Amino acid sequence: MKYNAKILSTDNVLLKNIGNIDPLKIEEYVTSGGYEALKKTVSMDRKEVIDVVSDSGLRGRGGANFPTGRKWLFTYNAQADQKYIICNADEGEPGTVKDRILMEGDPHQLIEGITIAAYAIGATKGFIYIRGEYRDSINTVNAAIKQAEEKGMLGKNILGSGFDFELSVAMGGGAYICGEETALIDSMEGKRGEPRLKPPYPPVEGLFGKPTIVNNVETLSNVPHIIVKGSEWYRNIGASCSPGTKLFMLCGDVNEPGILETPIDLSFAEIIKKYGKGTSGGEVKFAQIGGSSGNIFTPEMLEKVWTYERCCEFNVSYGTGSIFVCNDRRSVVDHLLTVAEFFEHESCGKCTPCREGTHRIKEIVEEFAFGEGTVSDLELLKELCLVMKRSPICGLGQACVNPVLDAIEYFKGEILAN
Amino acid sequence: MECRDGNLVAFIERSVAKYGTGRENLLPVLRDVNEEFGYVSGAAFIEISRLMDISIGEIHGVASFYSFINEENKGNYIIRLCKTISCDMAGKDKIEKTLERELGIKFGESTKDGLFALEYANCMGLCDKGPAMLVNSQLYDSLTPESVLDVISEYRRNIR
Repeated sequence: MKYNAKILSTDNVLLKNIGNIDPLKIEEYVTSGGYEALKKTVSMDRKEVIDVVSDSGLRGRGGANFPTGRKWLFTYNAQADQKYIICNADEGEPGTVKDRILMEGDPHQLIEGITIAAYAIGATKGFIYIRGEYRDSINTVNAAIKQAEEKGMLGKNILGSGFDFELSVAMGGGAYICGEETALIDSMEGKRGEPRLKPPYPPVEGLFGKPTIVNNVETLSNVPHIIVKGSEWYRNIGASCSPGTKLFMLCGDVNEPGILETPIDLSFAEIIKKYGKGTSGGEVKFAQIGGSSGNIFTPEMLEKVWTYERCCEFNVSYGTGSIFVCNDRRSVVDHLLTVAEFFEHESCGKCTPCREGTHRIKEIVEEFAFGEGTVSDLELLKELCLVMKRSPICGLGQACVNPVLDAIEYFKGEILAN
Repeated sequence: MECRDGNLVAFIERSVAKYGTGRENLLPVLRDVNEEFGYVSGAAFIEISRLMDISIGEIHGVASFYSFINEENKGNYIIRLCKTISCDMAGKDKIEKTLERELGIKFGESTKDGLFALEYANCMGLCDKGPAMLVNSQLYDSLTPESVLDVISEYRRNIR
């Protein structure tokens, strides 16, 4: 079975080719303007490439929103005999399907983006770490890499520039935590995929101790467009503090689930109405944005446009961009229980706050699901969550309490009445 | 004490030769063995340890970390039903009950004939087309109680 998500938007940049070209034919990508960016890149100074990306304002699309150009600059400045680039395609965040679509629908866009990044930072080896569940993505990307090598877009002396770059696929083993960049690196080194203590950060000391850039599929897929059309073009899309388009996935109680691309100038309510054809089965009660560890947004919050600045101001994040809509017939406690079970299973167990905390969160949420929870249970749950926000060593433990804290804030009455 | 299985040894030797003996190749080797034999046995651990010069404890630590590496023979077809939120909302419960009733086992168990095992998985990126499941590495989406029974029948026919 070939997986095809419904593409809900029409005015697309990253999704432009998807469904319109044969992903397994490099010629079709080239005809659509593909590999022009790479040609331009290899005639540019490496630092100049990084400057263009920095100027564009591109931020990491894997959820952390770190400025991509700044990340690249760390590795560019690091002195080492070997540098690496890793494309993080361990897409495991519930509700998120964008990386799969980008890999299976337009793999050369990604390969071109990775190669440009490698050139900029001076990496001669790169990997695409794809989760084991995505067999079709692995096969498609492997086939595309082979074609790119045959056409001289990868391998030795790329496009006659003297730049060598070798790219291969690494396969995950069904562990959500490996999407965390240092866990991913440990997994690639043949170890248990457990996050490292930071610093040092990967751009300075990553894979096999060498400077390593880890970027998300969507982030890297943006790069060829920025190189061809320029940073000013990119900056002019959407709100000034959140340039560029973002992929969002609509799922849950919407009439038309699927994937869409839009500048950050629409509210989530507008996205649900315009692209998802509205909420199904009732009125919207809340939406969880950005996957299982994402914040819970009330209907009032959904009415706002969540630019990067506003997210910072209210200390929320849209993470990977999944929009998970729940109608007014859904129970917030049931929702929390599913989320809590997910994290109890996916906590890697390396640090105590997360290993024990995710387990305790599930236990307490279960109390409420069974109708046995009390006010003091809820207070304990909140305290536990606040401790976990500060103490685990990686983002999983810190972020997995977000939906619980939000639910306690917005739906305290419902939780206690359950 | 398990006898040394010539097939297994030859397979692991070929796999290690293909990837190399470096530590970073442990996961690909484990995955190859898992795919070929359905699981990584104690005997396989011993051979991998010998060929790659990694302690058995280390290998076990890695193998047990990744949910796609089995350390016991669970069945020919491992069915992994997604239990995360979007599949849950799309009607995972019905699929769960249908599978348990049809196979006569609970999740976490294997059928007596060794044909099927039922497990849960966490999200496989089919969130807009739930409920979804994996049978070994094959994906199935938009499942209904009827369609999931068709899938089971198809695998039963394959085996005969």
